[in-house]
Amino acid sequence: MIMTIVNLIILLFVPFLMLGLIKKTKSFWAGRKGPSIFQPLYDFIRLIKKDFVISKTTSVVFNIAPVFAISTVLFAAMFVPLATGSAIISIPVGVIVFSYTLGLGKFMSIVAAMDTGSSFEGMGASREACFTSIVEPAFFILIASVMLLTGNYTFDSLSHIISNAGSYGILITIFAVVVLFIMILTEGSRVPVDDPATHLELTMIHEVMILDNSGSDLAIYSWANGIKMLLISSLIACMVIPHHLPVLMHVLCYLSVLGIVSIAIGTVESGMARIRMSHVFEFIFVMSSLALVVLSLVMARMFGG
Amino acid sequence: MAKWIKVKNNTKINLSDIPGMRIDELREQIIELGKRPIGFFGKDWGFGYVRLFVVLADDANCDLYISSAIFAPNDKSYESITQYVPSFHIFEREFYEQFGIEPLHHPWLKPVRQNQDKYPFFEMEGEEVHQVAVGPIHAGVIEPGHFRFMCNGETVYHLEIMLGYQHRGVEDMMMKNPSNQLAESINGDSAIAYSIAYSQAIETLKGFEISNKAQLIRKAALEMERMAIQIGDMGAIAGDIAYLMGAAVFGATRTLVINTMLEFSGSRFGRGLVTVGGVNYDFKEETIQKALETFDKVGKDVDRMAKTMLKNSTVMSRLEKTGTVSMEKARDIGLVGMAAKASGVELDTRFDFPDKWMSELGITRKPFKGSGDVNSRFKLRYKEVKESLSMIKKIFNKLKDYKDEPIIVDGVNNNYASDAMVVSLSEGWRGEIVHIVMTDINRKISRYKIKDPSFNNWYGLALAVRNNGVSDFPLCNKSFNLSYSGNDL
Repeated sequence: MIMTIVNLIILLFVPFLMLGLIKKTKSFWAGRKGPSIFQPLYDFIRLIKKDFVISKTTSVVFNIAPVFAISTVLFAAMFVPLATGSAIISIPVGVIVFSYTLGLGKFMSIVAAMDTGSSFEGMGASREACFTSIVEPAFFILIASVMLLTGNYTFDSLSHIISNAGSYGILITIFAVVVLFIMILTEGSRVPVDDPATHLELTMIHEVMILDNSGSDLAIYSWANGIKMLLISSLIACMVIPHHLPVLMHVLCYLSVLGIVSIAIGTVESGMARIRMSHVFEFIFVMSSLALVVLSLVMARMFGG
Repeated sequence: MAKWIKVKNNTKINLSDIPGMRIDELREQIIELGKRPIGFFGKDWGFGYVRLFVVLADDANCDLYISSAIFAPNDKSYESITQYVPSFHIFEREFYEQFGIEPLHHPWLKPVRQNQDKYPFFEMEGEEVHQVAVGPIHAGVIEPGHFRFMCNGETVYHLEIMLGYQHRGVEDMMMKNPSNQLAESINGDSAIAYSIAYSQAIETLKGFEISNKAQLIRKAALEMERMAIQIGDMGAIAGDIAYLMGAAVFGATRTLVINTMLEFSGSRFGRGLVTVGGVNYDFKEETIQKALETFDKVGKDVDRMAKTMLKNSTVMSRLEKTGTVSMEKARDIGLVGMAAKASGVELDTRFDFPDKWMSELGITRKPFKGSGDVNSRFKLRYKEVKESLSMIKKIFNKLKDYKDEPIIVDGVNNNYASDAMVVSLSEGWRGEIVHIVMTDINRKISRYKIKDPSFNNWYGLALAVRNNGVSDFPLCNKSFNLSYSGNDL
């Protein structure tokens, strides 16, 4: 019970801290002081208190989409091992439910963006749909390979890579972490795929889809996006934290992994420019190729000499 | 009678010396001469007559050619010049809008500043073709302008730019109540260049010359303005491609430059510095020393950051081959200033129409090899910052020789020359700023014509984004950084 409460608190509040830490890291590289690490949380509280404006051209789809956005990520979170190292629901088909629940949320936000009838949001929606469709197979190849290796069909299999595959396991873990990191950048709409700080509608992907949302709707969208980043980071944490640690140790390790991921995102964002839109595919395809490398390593381990 | 009168920059011309002819003859003359238009404007000539003045620039020989044509009250159209010389397109559109005399067979006869509600957009049809309309109100704190993209998927086939939201009737205001304050506010980011162009024109018409010291101070201020804006724009380009470090460093460096301007003139943008008769503020020795130290740091910072940035592969992949305007196109449509230089067309009034200081200070033109893409425009800015820095140092050095000269000379209360005209060019950071002032026999200003470089260059932006991704438009736009208010007047 206490574990669930700890997990829940971390799930709901740490995303803001991650976003704050990314901003802080970016400010550090830019030689600035930067806003407080709690600023995203303050923004959330400010926005959630506000009323929202709804465009006359929208229908009911637009109104219910934010609810889908937040409920789908929270539902998906139940299948992911969080701070204490175990998921609330640990069932063999968990990964598929996880992916397609997130997919449903994304579908709803795409449909809601189209619902506004704005040409910007249409463009954003088509970009988002396009990139997601490339992320999905890479993610499945990765997780399926790991499951094949460990013989465990839940997300827990991620934490058994090293114990199952020895030195191969270390290689697999490294590649898998890179794949998941690129997934965070893509799904979390970060540089080099997207630029969360831009004000230029024509170049946006995620931001432009929620251009018509304001007040509490906007707050919910950014919250859901933060939670999504946290969930994928949790998969990384799952892989790199040795299991059977004492619970407290595990929670601490988990939080530090989230911190490292945030700092890494901030550093990547500071050090490179955004990729040209037509080249983003190539960047995301790196995920697929690395996932295939993982698959071949698994094959080598299982059937090799 | 000669067909053209040949004059220099900033010289008084008697209106009676300007040849007048029929428009058909003038068109033949323009085609034959083959020079670049910098002025093409009408003036109400009384009793329903309209006189069309044409000013052409011969950049190689620092000459200006002026001629005119007269339209009788019932002449409501003429064969357009644009058919033969494309660079006249925007000038003829403006003339049509202001005087209602239609250039026949003009390929692109659209409003320049008026009639926003029924603008004849170019239409494309097809299953995957879609239009994206942006503005006139934009997400950033920028001026208003409407952009309409005809896209196929993510690719822009055509961009139409509709301006005029900032039209304030500046030419009329300048005619009735000319002042430096007004000239400075025509285009806020070129306040000094505008103020210089205005002051030079008025000084010529009033027939007096300012002191050497004031000339040098103006020159230094103009270069400081250029440097500040170019550094700021380098930062803005970095910001648009989400290259955080560039945006941060260039942004901070620009502040150093404009703060130096603040110490010299009390305004970060140099407002109130230039005045008719000279300058209002002396550049003091200790401030100059401090400024030189600051500029050393500026030079180093810009150098280091620009080099780091140009070495970054992700940055280069965004800048290279984005938004290209070829040299032929740039020449055909008559781009000027920075946009032209980046495409390899060397137009710079500082060197094309040099004042005495250019040779005295030993400043020579260093040609820029550009391919007309965003990368070229970025590198050109970097080059201009370096050049401005070395020019400023030379000017500051020279200033010591004229320590005891006054900064402002008397002559402001002179009368204007009667029935005269003057063409005054000054090189703002965007390119040539043209002020043409005419007086009547009552020694009053009877026509004030302004041409901002943006007036020529907006069409260049439309060409630059063709066949580029729609998401690259902001980057192309920022690399040109054209002025809305300078175009709309």
